[in-house]
Amino acid sequence: MAEPQRARPKPTPETQHFWDGTKAGELRLQRCDACAHVYFPPRPFCPSCASRKVSIFKASGKGFLYSYVINHRPAAPGFTPPYAIAVVELDEGPRMMSNIIDCPQTPKALELDMKLEVAFEALDDKITLPVFRPAKG
Amino acid sequence: MRSNQVAVVGAAETTELGIIPNVSQLQLHADAALNAIADAGLKLSDIDGFATAVETPQQVCHYLGIKPTWVDGTSVGGCSFMLHVRHAAAALEAGLCKTVLITHAESGKSMIGKAPRSIPADSLQGQFEAPFGVYGPPSMFPIPVLRFMKTYGITHEQLAAVAVVQREWAAKNPRAMMKDPITVADVLNSRMIAYPFRLLQCCLVTDGGGALILTSADRARDFPRKPVYIMGTGESVETPMVSQMETFNSSRAFKTAGPLAFREAGIAHKDVDHLMIYDAFAHLPLFGLGDLGFMPHEETGKFIADGNTRPGAKLPLNTNGGGLSYMHSGMYGMYALQESVRQMRGIAPAQVPNAKISVCHGVGGMFAASGTIVFTNER
Repeated sequence: MAEPQRARPKPTPETQHFWDGTKAGELRLQRCDACAHVYFPPRPFCPSCASRKVSIFKASGKGFLYSYVINHRPAAPGFTPPYAIAVVELDEGPRMMSNIIDCPQTPKALELDMKLEVAFEALDDKITLPVFRPAKG
Repeated sequence: MRSNQVAVVGAAETTELGIIPNVSQLQLHADAALNAIADAGLKLSDIDGFATAVETPQQVCHYLGIKPTWVDGTSVGGCSFMLHVRHAAAALEAGLCKTVLITHAESGKSMIGKAPRSIPADSLQGQFEAPFGVYGPPSMFPIPVLRFMKTYGITHEQLAAVAVVQREWAAKNPRAMMKDPITVADVLNSRMIAYPFRLLQCCLVTDGGGALILTSADRARDFPRKPVYIMGTGESVETPMVSQMETFNSSRAFKTAGPLAFREAGIAHKDVDHLMIYDAFAHLPLFGLGDLGFMPHEETGKFIADGNTRPGAKLPLNTNGGGLSYMHSGMYGMYALQESVRQMRGIAPAQVPNAKISVCHGVGGMFAASGTIVFTNER
């Protein structure tokens, strides 16, 4: 029997551009053309002012560690505990859930407010997840 | 909505609470409903309004043989029943029905006749949270805690004290699942679940149910039990994704629902004799005390650790033992409401002497929704 797989996102028409972006090595956000609000998760209108005129852009990929848990049990399929489930605040404003790589999964190493930068982890030939690592320099 | 126009005239939990492997979830609804009907001295045929969550109203109404003219299937998580009370009070005032039954039941531990919860892969949660290893409430609900602690200077010991104090209340409740005293050290040495939370800071997983019966305050005088009046109500929702909360320093849903209920009731915080704050995890009472305006968030940890919410102290909180020690079937809000009603009737196992106003505050999902009810036993 195959190992249990990590939950795999299934894009919708409104989110496809995000997943096309991660596959191309870009973290894509949306900005309202009317009020300049930057938002996530993806949708084809501004959740702040309701304008349908919005643009997709490549985010800097930089942010900081806003909060996290280190999950011990029960572990999600495809994960080896303990592993951190993090929320990253991006420099552009929105927050997103992610994982922290290249860093011990310990309270000591995972310091709140530490600077992070995006990296990309391919799940298969269709889906690449955005993950974060401690920023260099 | 006007205060004290609607009253609870029937209230009961399932005959058993805890681990009930021989009863399905649907039958637990019926068991709670029949107990509440008996408590109110009514017949099922007297019920013309019905509300429940997770199960559909048609499922439970058909099983019970109820023919309603008003139904509410609001299902926003564990505080759904607070919202049902609010909606039922409005419906009764508007004359849409005369006698409302609200049921909750969950085979949360035994999983008999209960569909497992699943997150569709193409939902926003399925795309932007599930792939990062969240797996059930223990991995999600505590995600804001470290930020909250850093912002307000809350300590691990203070968050452990929440479980210790609630166990003191549970010891006074014969129906509580966990009654043995615990210390802060016991909590901090219990098995790690999702750092920073350990086993004793996470709710129980049990089976059970409860039901309430509401009618107009004018009719309530003719019922056998002391009426418990709905003095104020509030509700709101924020987001199904914990990662997308406006801030981890408070809950927007709490800050909307709580003050609405206080305003409607026309009460100040010093008027509150008894308080329930849905405690799926140990940080919820701290968020609740701050967001409901009892004190600044930075004082909440010390307030509980100093013993201000324990038996005999000035603000009795979670007097059944809470989701941490009394029971938690998955949607605990109904049990918080039951305890508020018992306190207002004066029949709670750990009765607060002369309590006249009880505030009952619920959460749904991971800070996704909120409902607050202010009860009183004086009209």
